[in-house]
Amino acid sequence: MLKIENLQANVADKPILKGLSLTINPGEIHAIMGPNGAGKSTLGYTLGGRPGYEVTGGSVDFAGQDLLELEPHERAAAGLFLGFQYPVEIPGVSFVQFLREAANAQRKGRGEEPLSGGEFLKLAKEKAGLLRMDMDMLKRPVNVGFSGGEKKRAEMVQMGILNPKLAILDETDSGLDIDALRICGEGINAIMRAPDKAVLLITHYQRLLDYVKPDFVHVLAAGRIVKSGGPDLALRLEEEGYEAVVQEAA
Amino acid sequence: MNVELALPTRRHEDFRYADIAALETVWPIVTEEIAVADGAEDSLQIVETGTGAVARHIAITLGKGAKFDLRVLTAGPAYGRIAVDVRLAEGADFTLGAAQLATAEETLEIVTEVTHAGLNATSEQIVRTVLAGKSVGTYLGRIAVERGADGTDAEQSVRAMLLERTATANARPELEIYADDVKAAHGCAVGELDAQGLFYLMSRGLTPPQAKRLMLQAFIAEAFTGAAGEEELSAAAIARLEAIL
Repeated sequence: MLKIENLQANVADKPILKGLSLTINPGEIHAIMGPNGAGKSTLGYTLGGRPGYEVTGGSVDFAGQDLLELEPHERAAAGLFLGFQYPVEIPGVSFVQFLREAANAQRKGRGEEPLSGGEFLKLAKEKAGLLRMDMDMLKRPVNVGFSGGEKKRAEMVQMGILNPKLAILDETDSGLDIDALRICGEGINAIMRAPDKAVLLITHYQRLLDYVKPDFVHVLAAGRIVKSGGPDLALRLEEEGYEAVVQEAA
Repeated sequence: MNVELALPTRRHEDFRYADIAALETVWPIVTEEIAVADGAEDSLQIVETGTGAVARHIAITLGKGAKFDLRVLTAGPAYGRIAVDVRLAEGADFTLGAAQLATAEETLEIVTEVTHAGLNATSEQIVRTVLAGKSVGTYLGRIAVERGADGTDAEQSVRAMLLERTATANARPELEIYADDVKAAHGCAVGELDAQGLFYLMSRGLTPPQAKRLMLQAFIAEAFTGAAGEEELSAAAIARLEAIL
């Protein structure tokens, strides 16, 4: 589904990703862990197509398309979802209005019929329910006045509504209390655990992986994947720290 | 009816016109006078979406405790000028919510003079300007508080959004206060669309024009909040934004 080969990217002319390769097949959940400054968020933003993240080498194939050739909205329509570490507040725009337009823009990009207001609300209600979020919250302006945990749950509701093939979730667990962590974890499983879908979790900590069991764990350090393994690698990192594992790999 | 015959010149001490050449084509301007009796309420909605030059001058006199709600949308004219003079007696209340949307070489301006002549009158002005291309958008807002008009509460909130760096926004709030107990707040900002917000919206599948339009819709919404014709004003503004983007 996603094949990243030797990806190199700069931010403000500084090389951050220095030859990253990763293949994700349908049905798989991958976790990327790594110390601060390793390039984890840069990987997410580069795959999402954020302006300012300049690809200087390598390739990314997403479901048969050259991902790097696509604009951010085209990547979304192709089935990519980027969960933000810091979801952006947009005063004056309600979630419901924004998400309905977004869902229909994606459908249009794929040549599908738009959802009616009723159909959309039904879908939104169902997905909000998965994340135990009240529909009233989705009538409010996008992320404005939401707590850290509410913002992350709202990201997962968006993911549910937009129904992507691949979700890249950038530190979805940061800012969550124990209950919200469990709710988000269950939400990710309910929405994305499917034979034709895949998830790339970007995280510092093992704790989210207690709820969303990864098939593969990778360690990112200094812009490269230095070690890959199964779920036990995350536990080892938690015990021994990044430094030991990174040094051993070097 | 009150007609000023001489075209103003830039030498005037009180020069408040952006485009003299365009002004000439619509001169003289007939002042539209509105008087609201003590305790009465009235409102006016101005929607200028034609493409020709338009200049209007509205003079509103509010009696004691009278209320007036004025909403303005200028979106389309090559030259569009809305000048409003308001005089408030004791306890009167004036609201202006205005949006002007321009592109290409268009010049739009809103010029107000709000005079608090009696005790405890309140005024609130919200002006939102969206400028693309080489357009110019201007707001000149004078608030005069006369001697003895204590308890005045006058607010101005003025914001302009430049979609391209070739556009020009002017904003000049002026306060002339001759009373002691006065609250006069004015905020004024010129900015560009938040790149982070745009990327967030696009990452969810909105095309770049859709994402911009949604953010601009939110930007101008405050000008129309609570208006009787809120939906109509919003729809007309959205149509123009879609054409501009």
